[in-house]
Amino acid sequence: MSQSQTPKKTVPRPPSKLKHYLTAAIILILLGLSYWRTGSSIMDLFNNRDQMASLVVDMFPPDWAYFKEIIEPMLETIRMAVIGTTFGAIISIPVILLCANNVNRVPWISYPARFVLNLIRTIPELLLAAIFVAIFGLGMIPGIFALTIFSVGIIAKLTYESVEGIDKGPLEAMTAVGANKFQWIAFSIIPQAAAYFVSYVLYTFEVNIRAAAILGLVGAGGIGLYYDSNLGFFNYPRVNTLIIATLVVVLIIDFVSNKLREKLL
Amino acid sequence: MSQLSTQFVAKPTGRGKRLFNRVLILVILAAIYVWAFAGVETFEIKETAGQISKAILNGIIQPDWDFVPGAEGLIYGLIDTLAISILGTFISAILTIPFGFWAATRRDKSGFFVTGIGRFVLSFIRVFPEVVLAIIFIKAVGPGSFAGVLALGLHSIGMLGKLFAEEVEAIDHGPKEALIATGANRLQVLVYSVLPQVLPGFISYTLYRFELNVRGASILGIIGAGGIGAPLIFALQSRNWPRVGVILLGIIVLVSLIDLISGYFRKKIV
Repeated sequence: MSQSQTPKKTVPRPPSKLKHYLTAAIILILLGLSYWRTGSSIMDLFNNRDQMASLVVDMFPPDWAYFKEIIEPMLETIRMAVIGTTFGAIISIPVILLCANNVNRVPWISYPARFVLNLIRTIPELLLAAIFVAIFGLGMIPGIFALTIFSVGIIAKLTYESVEGIDKGPLEAMTAVGANKFQWIAFSIIPQAAAYFVSYVLYTFEVNIRAAAILGLVGAGGIGLYYDSNLGFFNYPRVNTLIIATLVVVLIIDFVSNKLREKLL
Repeated sequence: MSQLSTQFVAKPTGRGKRLFNRVLILVILAAIYVWAFAGVETFEIKETAGQISKAILNGIIQPDWDFVPGAEGLIYGLIDTLAISILGTFISAILTIPFGFWAATRRDKSGFFVTGIGRFVLSFIRVFPEVVLAIIFIKAVGPGSFAGVLALGLHSIGMLGKLFAEEVEAIDHGPKEALIATGANRLQVLVYSVLPQVLPGFISYTLYRFELNVRGASILGIIGAGGIGAPLIFALQSRNWPRVGVILLGIIVLVSLIDLISGYFRKKIV
């Protein structure tokens, strides 16, 4: 009976676009407020374009003779990154085991551990370095401390997430044969997670090289100190030399590290 | 018979080579560490170190709450930091879009050099630390938040460009071909087939970069490019530990909040 009635044609209403408009409005308001609050002015940038251009022109030609003088601080930068990454990697291992919820099944330990890890990651490395300079005085030591803590934040976070994603089979097999906790970790977790761990350590090393290059700005050793002094004396050819040296080191290390990581994973 | 059996016995090929490789890696690692540690100055803890660490910890436990309000206070410093990162991220996201398409691998081989150059430009930008860029912009537009905005805006292109390019490479070419078949022009193809596919990824990466930029903006003040970094470095230099404590707390709270909010939106988008 009802089948004989032709169903009323209803045109589906397009989904409301109100949400999109609201989002756009909020973003625009935020941008406007930020523009006003930061005192930004495109005119300023436009009016000062000569100054910027002359700055770039002043940088050329680079002061090639200066290379000899910055080899030692450049090596110091690499040393800081190597040592900081290594200590960071060593400290990360227990942190990873505490945070991963398939290794540590006690939620009231793993959640606080993750919370602390998140807190560590909120602090920028330059800030850590500034604090450690206040504690230990100028030099490489505060830089190494800062990079160590900074590395733990990256390595532990990335690795514990990988550990949580590993194959459960070997874990259950080890439990089934009655392995104790150490055997369980050594024969089921480590073989699966080691490649990720090494890969993330290498990645962190790349990040740390860049970070170490600026730690000197707050007095924590490395090449950064030289940026500060040369810019202070308006010695732009030397600044250019520093930039080129940093560029070369970073590109080489990135390349080597990338190749190694490709082989690992 | 014996010949046959030897044929099927798995030969331990490459075992010697693997051992050699392992030894080689160990030797190289050992050499690197000997070199690295030989260059470290002797580590001595100054007797003041303990006191200062205690003072900083005390400062975090008993922060200088008087510093929180006021025109030069914590709240406004944090708002400045946030404003710098919002504007810097926005500028970089807009500027990065062409870079993303430039550095993406094309399907025709003629684009090989174009892609290569695009990628090189992006890694070149990435190498400049934002702090160094900020110093250069301070020379150009004077100290203040605007220099920080420009530094973040330029520096972020390096990373965002790489991520955007990967997003462009991963698109499905079906819709694009369908549109071309219906006779759409290039702009229509871009708007109706490419943009809808890449936009969620672009927005998600921009939010991620925003999280990083908030951290970046909080240190730019150290060299005079606005935000909370300036009062922090003054407090450190004048050994005003309670103030250092309250600023640290402020940064931790701000960054955690932004991470939470941005993470929520990123999950919703992808």
